[in-house]
Amino acid sequence: MQLYDMPDARGHFGQFGGTFVAETLVEALEELRAMYEKYRHDPVFLAEYAYDLKHFVGRPSPIYHAKRLSDKVGGAQIYLKREDLNHTGAHKINNTIGQALLAKRMGKPRVIAETGAGQHGVATATIAARLGLECVVYMGSEDVKRQAPNVFRMKLLGATVVPVESGSKTLKDALNEAMRDWVTNVHNTFYIIGTVAGPHPYPMMVRDFQAVIGIEAKEQMMEMVGRQPDAVVACVGGGSNAMGIFYPYIDVPNVRLIGVEAAGLGMETGKHAAPLTANSPVGVLHGNRTYLMQDADGNIIETHSVSAGLDYPGVGPEHAWLKDIKRAEYVAITDDEAMAAFHNLCRTEGIIPALESSHALAYAEKLAKTMSKDQIVLVNLSGRGDKDINTVAKLANITL
Amino acid sequence: MSRIQTAFTALKQQGKTALIPYITAGDPHPKHTVNLMHTLVKHGADMIELGVPFSDPMADGPVIQRASERALLHKVGLTAVLEMVKTFRETNQTTPIILMGYANPIEAIGATAFADRAKAADVDGVITVDYPPEECGEFVRQLRSRDIDPVFLLSPTTDQKRVDLIVNQASGFVYYVSLKGVTGAANLDIAEVSQRVASIRKQTNLPVGVGFGIRDAATAKATAAIADAVVVGSRMVQTIEASNDDNLLSNVAALMDELKAAVDAAK
Repeated sequence: MQLYDMPDARGHFGQFGGTFVAETLVEALEELRAMYEKYRHDPVFLAEYAYDLKHFVGRPSPIYHAKRLSDKVGGAQIYLKREDLNHTGAHKINNTIGQALLAKRMGKPRVIAETGAGQHGVATATIAARLGLECVVYMGSEDVKRQAPNVFRMKLLGATVVPVESGSKTLKDALNEAMRDWVTNVHNTFYIIGTVAGPHPYPMMVRDFQAVIGIEAKEQMMEMVGRQPDAVVACVGGGSNAMGIFYPYIDVPNVRLIGVEAAGLGMETGKHAAPLTANSPVGVLHGNRTYLMQDADGNIIETHSVSAGLDYPGVGPEHAWLKDIKRAEYVAITDDEAMAAFHNLCRTEGIIPALESSHALAYAEKLAKTMSKDQIVLVNLSGRGDKDINTVAKLANITL
Repeated sequence: MSRIQTAFTALKQQGKTALIPYITAGDPHPKHTVNLMHTLVKHGADMIELGVPFSDPMADGPVIQRASERALLHKVGLTAVLEMVKTFRETNQTTPIILMGYANPIEAIGATAFADRAKAADVDGVITVDYPPEECGEFVRQLRSRDIDPVFLLSPTTDQKRVDLIVNQASGFVYYVSLKGVTGAANLDIAEVSQRVASIRKQTNLPVGVGFGIRDAATAKATAAIADAVVVGSRMVQTIEASNDDNLLSNVAALMDELKAAVDAAK
């Protein structure tokens, strides 16, 4: 039985979450909330969603015992939930399919999305192509440069990619621009938000669509080892892959839930993207109240991470809540630590992880060392690293 | 009675529509803002909407985004904006000042502390774009207990039930956003706006201002004929953006003269 029952009817997780948007969007969000409420338990809708997850995405994604890595680290057994094996190479597709199916039921012919690393943009472009929807993806111009292969993939899939030149030219600015598009085209457009942020009902809805990760993991762990892991570790930018694997575990006692933020160049340098670890103040951005990296005037400060998907100054409101109620722990991993874990997994297990997921791997290694060999750490390997090879090569001064 | 209410009452007696120019505080440089405010008043501003720069102005189009960026280069945040209002008040105690901005700078200070500081600076009204009435009950109470008017936006997508909810929280006036979109878009449909304003008037006695998309004398005149206040933002900021230190005040004065004549000719 699910005892945990969040958010409330207006999308609040304690003081976090809510619907902080311009008046023009209120009706659109109310319509979305009502439609999601109608379909979230509808057997026909859920069957269609489940069909696509199985036949289009290739779910369930396996859990893999990274034995050589575990032996090398020397400590707890590390298991990987292989979201990198999904169609399009990351967990993002789980959510875009759910939202696109809603868009179709709402009669919206056009979908828009924001993207950081490009994984959510690719996942949106993919499902838009499959369902015959027009697709526009907003992406910070800095990220367009960092993630060129994903930009090309989106274009191949028929999407229009709009580089965003305002602000810090990264994920948060892409989100601003997508909001501006939505406010203008709200009559025919569905905004597919890629993370557990944004105004209600997005944090709840994205969590629900991503919860398939944790639901599968719970069954698979029972099948494989006959028990649940001692700790579940996932990277957190906005926090959708983490929420997806954490959510079904919230009511399971004795399973530590650990979110790994990006410490960038180091927490002490201020150049990071870790609002929870840094104890940033609470504020309002992108439609919800959460912990936010900001200056004394309430302006959002620029973040840094080697991984575009974690380069976000806020965090999903449910993570803020889980931190406050102490159900989840949040830690941070630097660029260098994530890079080391990236190479380690490549060489030890023959898996190229996304730089985002490498943050979770790096912390899992640290944690496993402190645990005994019969304990289990489950890492959500949220995406594959093919998209990151340019970044990795550049850091190693290699020209491809 | 607040300054805003006093101003609307006086205008009504004269059969006039208010002209409310918007500028972003600190744009193009903080040294100009107070002078610009006095120039606006001298050339017909009945009230001033003073934008609080914010790093992530989600409801604004590119023109006002750039104004925010220029102001932020000079570190103009909410604290500096309140200082500017104080300075303006040294020589003007009559023109209502309405702050317009986003929730987070207010959240950073806290609702009560913000209301105290806004009162101390003698601010008359506050528009917070991303504070819908459901999320800002305490904030509204803090403002109203200090006779500061919380001004709310109504949009083409706001249904009648929400209009009721909003006008019950609002005071001073309500601000009808005349189009679906961000500030500075250019597709104002006067007939549709007219119909909506008439419908809003059936639900409230508060004055109704109209803004977003008013960019020249013709649209200002047409809007003035149906509204109690005409708000001109992006066009004002464009003029500021296109000016230099020497012609800034005269360019703004010329635009205001043109808009004022148009608004006054409407009734």
